[in-house]
Amino acid sequence: MYGYNGKILRINLKNKSYNIEKLDTDMAKKFIGGRGLGTKIFKDEVNPKVDAFSPENKLLIVSGPLTGTPIFTSGRYMVVTKSPLSGTIASSNSGGKWGAELKFAGYDVIIIEEKADKPIYIEIVDDKIEFKDASYLWGKVVSETTKILEDSSVQGAKIMTIGPAGENLSKMAAIMNDNDRAAGRSGVGAVMGSKNLKAITIKGSNKPQVYDSDALKKLSKELLVKIKENGVTGQGLPTYGTAVLVNILNEIGCHPTNNFQKSYFENADEISGETMAEKFLIKKTACFRCPIGCGRHVRIGDGEGGGPEYETLWSFGSDCGIDDLDAIIKANYWCNEMGLDTISAGATIAAAIELHQEGYIKDEELDGLSLEFGNGTDIVEWTKRIGRSEGLGRKMAEGSYRLAESYGAPELSMTVKKLEIPAYDPRGIQGQGLQYATSNRGGCHVRGYLISPEILGLPEQLDRFKIEGKAMWAKTFQDLTASIDSLGLCLFTSFAFGAEDYANMVNAICGTNHTADSILETGDRIWNLEKQFNLDAGIAPGEDKLPKRLLEEKIPDGPSKGWVHKLSELLPEYYSLRGWNKDGIPKEEKLEELGL
Amino acid sequence: MKVEVRLFATFRNERFKKKSFEISSGITTPKEILADLGIKESSVAILLVNGIHSKINMPLKDGDIISLFPPVGGG
Repeated sequence: MYGYNGKILRINLKNKSYNIEKLDTDMAKKFIGGRGLGTKIFKDEVNPKVDAFSPENKLLIVSGPLTGTPIFTSGRYMVVTKSPLSGTIASSNSGGKWGAELKFAGYDVIIIEEKADKPIYIEIVDDKIEFKDASYLWGKVVSETTKILEDSSVQGAKIMTIGPAGENLSKMAAIMNDNDRAAGRSGVGAVMGSKNLKAITIKGSNKPQVYDSDALKKLSKELLVKIKENGVTGQGLPTYGTAVLVNILNEIGCHPTNNFQKSYFENADEISGETMAEKFLIKKTACFRCPIGCGRHVRIGDGEGGGPEYETLWSFGSDCGIDDLDAIIKANYWCNEMGLDTISAGATIAAAIELHQEGYIKDEELDGLSLEFGNGTDIVEWTKRIGRSEGLGRKMAEGSYRLAESYGAPELSMTVKKLEIPAYDPRGIQGQGLQYATSNRGGCHVRGYLISPEILGLPEQLDRFKIEGKAMWAKTFQDLTASIDSLGLCLFTSFAFGAEDYANMVNAICGTNHTADSILETGDRIWNLEKQFNLDAGIAPGEDKLPKRLLEEKIPDGPSKGWVHKLSELLPEYYSLRGWNKDGIPKEEKLEELGL
Repeated sequence: MKVEVRLFATFRNERFKKKSFEISSGITTPKEILADLGIKESSVAILLVNGIHSKINMPLKDGDIISLFPPVGGG
């Protein structure tokens, strides 16, 4: 058994029992691992119409065959469940060190079933599994929970936990690991909270076996050169982290501002990666086996902690019209402590501000706080109220779509399939908009990062306004990403690596015969499997859409002035390339071709 | 005529964030501006003129804004 451990840990929270089962490695290889394998198991075992918060929903934690191996960036794991926010399949990915420890403990997959009758946490040390009372941890923030469990667990145990947001079933709740790494999107933390599961501590003593160590060593040397020589992975990300994107997206006029009312923020430089490096950065940080080190460790008031990513600088910054970097850093800190998705939380505050601006939310609902574009005074307090589900924060904790819908104005929610769209205005980046609309988990940039060719010029520079060829780019990026997410690697490697590199890696580690084509084909299979789940779950094909604002309201100023998104012109070609009918439903022959 | 040059990321080191340039007869494209600033062409990953990705030999006109980025990225 190479790459895989060949074991599934199946846990029943109701009975506080577990089974260790054999992984069907032939099936696993067909879907690789991580996102693909997790979706396959989930789809086979769970009714797609299940209520996300019912005990019948399952929570899968899935490593990839490369997770925990010596290959670069191999610390990633995937949480697969049904999303309470979008109702779609949720695959939420995280880095740090927890994922590698899962492999060291001897498992490929943890399947969590049912619901505990009171708060518990699970302690895993290799094949020793214990269920422990977590009543005393319930209500505690992430850093405090992590510290307590680190102190009480075996030395070197890695901690995954939810914060108050997950306990309070916020549909924007994340699962946190290693303090400030997050499986952030789609509300997976609330599914964990609904099961009364506060945390999982894990420690292992095994190393995954590698098929060809000599080939892997040689390949690793070549890949390290590629990472170091690539401008983004070798210089840009290590120096500034993702935050450097603030000025790029703003300079092209695609930096959504004031809940996408505009797309150019006059004060963007105040919240940029450059300013953060100058005023707040203490050091960079890295996940397991990562030579890039995009993480930021920053000063926060009198303390220090994980710094905001680009998406967070945008969601709590420009999208709320706020240029107070100190306030954004604190809001990011509180998202980590509460266990909240920073994209959805900030974007939901932005939607709330517009709802207030338009008179839907009344002053008397604010409990004395301000809620205005450009006023950073109270965003930290709003973040805490969302995490604790207090006052208006309880409505916000449902995400921007349900918040706006509750006031009769769902059009003010900038979401796809109820998931908040991140920090790239698709009106001036046509391919990215197609990708948002068709993403199987809703408004998400990391299902296919077309920013790379459309803005950063990698692997080649495309005209961001043109639609020609974008359907093929979207499909190719989505398919490759699905495979990378399934291998257990960081997506940032794709700035430096191509499909063939990933094939070489998995072949050296697992002894498979992948080619660049088969890596992409596997991604296509995973994409179609996710789509099938969503259709079975009742997500209508017509949900492949963008908010009305992005289709009808022109960007009012800045370098992308006058543009709207041309989704209706892009979708038919995309569906055709996918082998789907004109309504976006996979054809039988396509599913057969993919072995689904 | 005047153009504005905006520098980002490491290009700011020991230079500036934003500066107005008086275009002389010898400077008509971003290429000459790079030479004037001592920035190697090969180190420029993104060159924008008025927010649009542009070539290094694009003729400039009065009021143009030139934004220069080294390789950067993320997401």
